[in-house]
Amino acid sequence: MRVRLSGRMLLWAMTTVAILWLTAPVLVLLPLSFSGRKSFRFPPDTWSMRWYESFFTDPAWHASLLSSLKVGCLSTAASMLLGTMAAFALHKLDFRGKAVVTAILLAPMIFPAVVSAIAIFGVYLAWHISGTLTGFVAAHTVLSLPFVIVAVRSSLRIFDWRLEQAAASLGAAPLETFRLVTLPLIAPGILSGGLFAFVVSFDEVVVSLFLQTPFMRTLPVQMYLSVTESIDPTVAAASTIIVLVTVVAIVLAMFFWPTRRMSHG
Amino acid sequence: MDNASHAGASLRIRKLSKVYGGITAVDSIDLSASQGEFLSLLGPSGSGKTTTLNMIAGFISPSSGEILVDDQEISVLPPYRRDIGMVFQHYALFPHLTAAQNIAFPLERRRLPRRVVAERVSEALDMVKLGAFGHRYPRELSGGQQQRVAFARAVVFRPKLLLMDEPLGALDKKLREDLQGEIRRIHRELGITFVYVTHDQEEALALSDRIAIFNRGRIEQVGTSEELYEKPATEFVAGFIGEANSFSGKVVHDGGGLALDTAAGMLRVDTDLPPGSQATLVVRPERLGIRRAGEPGRSNSVKATVGETVYLGSSRRFEIVFDDGRTGIVRESAGGGPAIATGERVEVTWRIEDGYVVASGAAAREGRDGV
Repeated sequence: MRVRLSGRMLLWAMTTVAILWLTAPVLVLLPLSFSGRKSFRFPPDTWSMRWYESFFTDPAWHASLLSSLKVGCLSTAASMLLGTMAAFALHKLDFRGKAVVTAILLAPMIFPAVVSAIAIFGVYLAWHISGTLTGFVAAHTVLSLPFVIVAVRSSLRIFDWRLEQAAASLGAAPLETFRLVTLPLIAPGILSGGLFAFVVSFDEVVVSLFLQTPFMRTLPVQMYLSVTESIDPTVAAASTIIVLVTVVAIVLAMFFWPTRRMSHG
Repeated sequence: MDNASHAGASLRIRKLSKVYGGITAVDSIDLSASQGEFLSLLGPSGSGKTTTLNMIAGFISPSSGEILVDDQEISVLPPYRRDIGMVFQHYALFPHLTAAQNIAFPLERRRLPRRVVAERVSEALDMVKLGAFGHRYPRELSGGQQQRVAFARAVVFRPKLLLMDEPLGALDKKLREDLQGEIRRIHRELGITFVYVTHDQEEALALSDRIAIFNRGRIEQVGTSEELYEKPATEFVAGFIGEANSFSGKVVHDGGGLALDTAAGMLRVDTDLPPGSQATLVVRPERLGIRRAGEPGRSNSVKATVGETVYLGSSRRFEIVFDDGRTGIVRESAGGGPAIATGERVEVTWRIEDGYVVASGAAAREGRDGV
């Protein structure tokens, strides 16, 4: 009994350390973003909202937030569409080299970002789309695609395929069946994948750093440049906003993540 | 449901086969159902009955053969153009639609006016006695209620043929019996042709006009409940429908008539099979008499030892062990007969005409019409 009790306490202690370790940056940044001084002094001795004001009024910050939202939304839409189609193909078809195709589609999840970045940058220079919205969206789509594929595949795995047979027996052509039965039932999976995709794009920094120009930079890039150039606590406000958006998106994604419970009638 | 076009369709299957990578799931079967008939496909799992049903529905394409509905070849049509209703074992209701929306689904696919859809949906809900449940989602309904909705959905568009794949398999016994009654009632009311797959012989006997007995991808026999029980074409059918005592051996001449030379002794039989052929004698438990050894009996008698005896109210059921070690069953009406106890030596007797002889093994397949 004593052994089990101390084992439990050890587990709690380790969990606490891990939680602190993971959240420490936020615990520093959050107070800092409300600092009254133009310094990174921690903990702050005076308080204000001026860095949030600066974030939303300074054109450079403002524009980068807008770029990030634009790139995030467009690449999310693209990867939801392509990822869903890819997941369907992987689930329904049986073809030679399927394992290889799957590995390639999921590779951006684990591939070193800097290598992708250099490769994409090289190709974009030749195509003259570096620093353009199209370029950013295409690059981020590649990086976020695997997240949609994984989410949609897991919703297809628990989808009851007899429902498609039932729809057919009731007179629904394949496209109608997809629109009226399959799509509504796997929508949570697509949505969940889309939210992950948005998060991937919204805080992607490595590839964006290569692709950025003074006219088009995303929020994380702006933050990086700000910190290297000047002491400006606006970056703390920006960080807090990124954390907020990411946490909301991930919580929503977890909520929609397909589980058995949802597929059961 | 007063539509004249709402009568049943005829179904004719010719030389239908399905081969999966060298394994023959359905082996050149012939089968037919007349308009408005209730036909059951009965057999153990893996016997080909569900594959046959799925070929009629269009979910599996046949390797060869024809499926004719009202004399039209339908195997070329995709499932959504066949106009055949289907009830699935696990209901297959759309979980994101209410009961009423589920039932409206086939009507909306047929582009019927909204008013007609609403009318037919409420009619169908009433038919399955779920008038007040239309707004509920499947997960808010019990298993039996879900199956009723599935049933309403499968007939609301007035198909001429309804397929059912073990529709009561997931329900408990009491509910199954209630729903059997409903299925019979609806079959009578609608006049649709029903093809019903089950592995439960009692269910098949209770519901069907005729039953096709499937075994290893082939049809052993098609007939009414009574025909299958009284005149099984094969030993398999005899064993599958009801309880049976069987004795195998060779047909020989014995005095004035024929007999079967079995391990239990010479048993006199009445058969058209020629002497020399291998055959099995089937005697139903209620046709057997039981008496103490040595007492005079009927034409055929076999020595045995009584095992378990069970009193069933209207009858008594004896498990018996023949002297060759095989077991059998005797059922006697409770009133008459001596009190016989476990372990007692007895003679089991029956009249020649109460036995039924079927050819054994491969020989049974020849000279027998599949339909």
